[in-house]
Amino acid sequence: MRSLYKISLITLALLFIVGTVGCAPKPAAGPVTIHVMTMDQAGLKPAEIDQIARDFEAQNPDIKVSMEYVGYDNVHDKIVTGMAATPPAYDAAMIDVIWPDEFIKAGYLLDVTSRVTPEMKAGMFPASWNGVTRNGKIYGMPWLMDVKYFMYNKDMLQKAGIAAPPTTWEELVDQAKIIKQKGIADFPIIWSWNQKEGVVCDFAVLLFGNGGAFVDANGKPAFNNDKGVQTLTWMKQTIDDGLTNPSSVSSDENAVEANFLAGKSAFAVNWLFQYSDSNDATKSQIVGQAAFAPMPVFKAGADAGIKGSSVDGSSSFAIMATTPYADQTWKFLTYLASNEVQIKYSAEMLPVWQADFQGDALTKLEAANPTNPVTVPAFLAQFPYANERPTVPYYNEASAALQLAIQNALTGVKSPKDALDEAAATWVSLAK
Amino acid sequence: MAINSNSHHRHHLTLRQQDARTAWLLLIPSLFVIVGVTLWPVISTFFLSFFNAPTGINQVRTFVGLSNYIDMLKDQTFWETIGRTLYFTVVSVGLELTIGLAVAQLIHSRPWGWQFLRISLIIPWAVPTIVNGAMWRWIYSADFGALNGLLMQLGLIKHYVPWLTLPEMAMNLVIVADIWHTMPFVALVLQAALATLPEDLDEAAAVDGANAWQRFWKIRLPLLRPAILVALIVRTVDAFRVFDIVYIITSGGPAYKTLTITYLTYLNSFSFGKQGTGAALSFLISAVTIIMAFVYIRILYRPEES
Amino acid sequence: MSYRKFFRRLFLFLLTLPVFFFIFFPILWLLSASLSTQVELFSVPIHWIPQHITFQNYSDIIFPNQATSSVPRTFAVALWNSIKIASSVTVICIFVGSLAAYALTRIPFGANRTIQLGMLATRMIPEVSLILPLFIIASSLQLINKPIVLIITYMSFALPYAIWLMAAYFQTVPIELEDAARLDGCSRLGILFRVVMPISVPGLVSTAMFVFLLAWDEFFFALIFTSTLAAKTVPVAIAEFIGRYVVNVNGMMAGGILAAIPPVLIALIFQRYIVSGMTAGAVKG
Repeated sequence: MRSLYKISLITLALLFIVGTVGCAPKPAAGPVTIHVMTMDQAGLKPAEIDQIARDFEAQNPDIKVSMEYVGYDNVHDKIVTGMAATPPAYDAAMIDVIWPDEFIKAGYLLDVTSRVTPEMKAGMFPASWNGVTRNGKIYGMPWLMDVKYFMYNKDMLQKAGIAAPPTTWEELVDQAKIIKQKGIADFPIIWSWNQKEGVVCDFAVLLFGNGGAFVDANGKPAFNNDKGVQTLTWMKQTIDDGLTNPSSVSSDENAVEANFLAGKSAFAVNWLFQYSDSNDATKSQIVGQAAFAPMPVFKAGADAGIKGSSVDGSSSFAIMATTPYADQTWKFLTYLASNEVQIKYSAEMLPVWQADFQGDALTKLEAANPTNPVTVPAFLAQFPYANERPTVPYYNEASAALQLAIQNALTGVKSPKDALDEAAATWVSLAK
Repeated sequence: MAINSNSHHRHHLTLRQQDARTAWLLLIPSLFVIVGVTLWPVISTFFLSFFNAPTGINQVRTFVGLSNYIDMLKDQTFWETIGRTLYFTVVSVGLELTIGLAVAQLIHSRPWGWQFLRISLIIPWAVPTIVNGAMWRWIYSADFGALNGLLMQLGLIKHYVPWLTLPEMAMNLVIVADIWHTMPFVALVLQAALATLPEDLDEAAAVDGANAWQRFWKIRLPLLRPAILVALIVRTVDAFRVFDIVYIITSGGPAYKTLTITYLTYLNSFSFGKQGTGAALSFLISAVTIIMAFVYIRILYRPEES
Repeated sequence: MSYRKFFRRLFLFLLTLPVFFFIFFPILWLLSASLSTQVELFSVPIHWIPQHITFQNYSDIIFPNQATSSVPRTFAVALWNSIKIASSVTVICIFVGSLAAYALTRIPFGANRTIQLGMLATRMIPEVSLILPLFIIASSLQLINKPIVLIITYMSFALPYAIWLMAAYFQTVPIELEDAARLDGCSRLGILFRVVMPISVPGLVSTAMFVFLLAWDEFFFALIFTSTLAAKTVPVAIAEFIGRYVVNVNGMMAGGILAAIPPVLIALIFQRYIVSGMTAGAVKG
């Protein structure tokens, strides 16, 4: 039995070692550490948010902020898996405008209505509060108001002899043909049409610009009506005509930026971050060549009175319902959303405070960063036309069905009508 | 004192009983872990599959009987996904075995540099699956990828091809990436088995006038059967469950053309928040792989034909 | 006749060339990309060998400073996590598994066959079937995001595999040695530690290597169970490179090379044991 004794001893030793190696060290009693997760894509760069966190810590020595950055497409699932942990993996996380319904139903978000001060309520854009308010209760702090912008390469248009950027999508096709003919770009247009949320965003921009909509007044799917089918057919046609880069079908917004910044396309629809990156010489080969133009619409849409179209891609920060550090987290979120911080970093992300866009404050804002004189007017021009995607708790699955339908049509597997009808049927069954 | 009581104890147990007791003592830690980490979760998943279980805190679970399974069997995406997974399994394993066998035979024939070849095979096998996927994803890149660059320079294509957006090509490209990683394993196993085959049968056949091809088919191949079977079954079970490489290269696209059954389960369980459906799907995958395992056990432990 | 032999050898050698190409083209391209600058990687026509070789990608990961973006900086942490987890899993599997493997193969106690087959069957169960209940339990025990949760859950596939491999090895130990030890009055455990284990060292090394590689490679559990730096492993870190760094491909390639170095090195160093391991495990079953 001596051997058994030896075995037990070694087992205990192993358990001890594994236990100390395996378990994360307990946080020191003292400063509280809050974990905040956000996307590393669009909006501020991680290095900048890290700096904000450091500044916050300097002002609040009893709170430590541990930031984590994840690609946009992974944020949703990370929140779901993170919330299964107790305490939750994150105390706060970035919530895209399409998730509140699902997350509120799942009980993930903390009701912060009582924490929002009247100044905040009145000071920030109503649209940004709409994104986080349901049934009169507020579930997050506005953070990034973003829409899709239409950007083009000035130099390429000039070379092609085109005087002004297009105002309709039909004009875009004509201009793209000229650019392609002249050999300036093989595929003048690049989109984010891969099988992720990005394709639904692009589809939304085009759909609303055609006078279409996702759902009708009764909440039934409307994206498979004539206008929807026309839009999708137009999308496929641009690929078939060799105007849209075929790799769009597997590109997300980062890939769109990579392509545009490498000077391979003349027209790229993307979030705001693409503009400032285009002027960063370490990333871009087209420094100084990118410009904004109002998002085109379809002729049919313009005739129907549609003046502009884009899609709302705003995000906010929400406190996770089961966090033990709600107060500290709210303090950090308030700091993040504060005016000074927002103005300082306005090159990547325009402030959510309405006052900054009026009068003297507007001048100050435009002076804050070299790109602001361009981005601020572009934002003011485009944001009023931002459309929303449906706010339903089963949005993730519904969107997946629509993504599949659009991909089916773009790859020629199904006709646009069949594909959209299939997705509509899924939406109806999900609504039950 | 301990020794005394033990030797006292020993008189009451036969050697065999002592043996059995020791055996169980040695087995218990492993059994404990395996039951806890494998058996219990599988049974638990089975029970979960009969409920509608949305993700969330304090979510209510409602008993729905077989409806998760019925909905799954009625869903066209499910059947298409099973079809795709089977396509991946059959093509990938088939190619791995054929190419692996060929490479094994090649090494066995001792060409110049055969030792270097054998060592080189280790590298693709040891590279982590995710790194493999990331590497191939970049190779297949539509605008800047090495595949396009190579084919263009060889004059085989005029324009860069957006490989991963082609619905019919995408799965095949994932298969190529998978083969790069798994064929070496098959090749090394088969080569080791080849090395153990007796040479005299082969020589006798050569003397009798059989050429190389006949010798291979009629003599070596049958003797390799056990090794091939093992490689076949292990790889088939693994290929059916493929997830990592699809996640990295295509994320299931384009248009779900590379969506495999494990990926569909992941989507349902975590992205769509439908844990009941996810449980039903995962139980189905377990059932299929366990059936495959039984086939394996039957075949392997069948008495060898002479 | 030597003509024929020469041409035969030449023919065989020529056959090896496509195989070498297939093996090395992707790897060398990966290496080349990791030494490139971003701008150069995105140039057409393709630069097979970068004109401006840079080690910046590697230094960003190995020696990050404040200016480095968060992705390379956190990669080193993920590397360290992977080392911790894979090593722990290996040690536990060897220790616990060798006991079980010996009991199953050398001590007839009636249930040997059943338990062996049972363990084999559990190895066939896909991870996706285990994940939901394990996830629920792990979260209620507050184990999510700690390395220990991965160490435990990896047992589901590592332990049966290790037992299977080691059982095959133990069966090759000549039974006479054990009988001799028995006659000398050795207890079962004594035989295990004093006779069988020392002889099976190659087998144990081989098993250890296979288990380490298996644990290093694992992705699905790591993806679901770890979100933060506390426990994130290398495969998860690489996957995240893709999500957010389509623009910094050169950094991702460097990360890939670094992630591949430990398993490839281990496999090359212990390559003698790979073949014997595969033979024992695969052929002898």
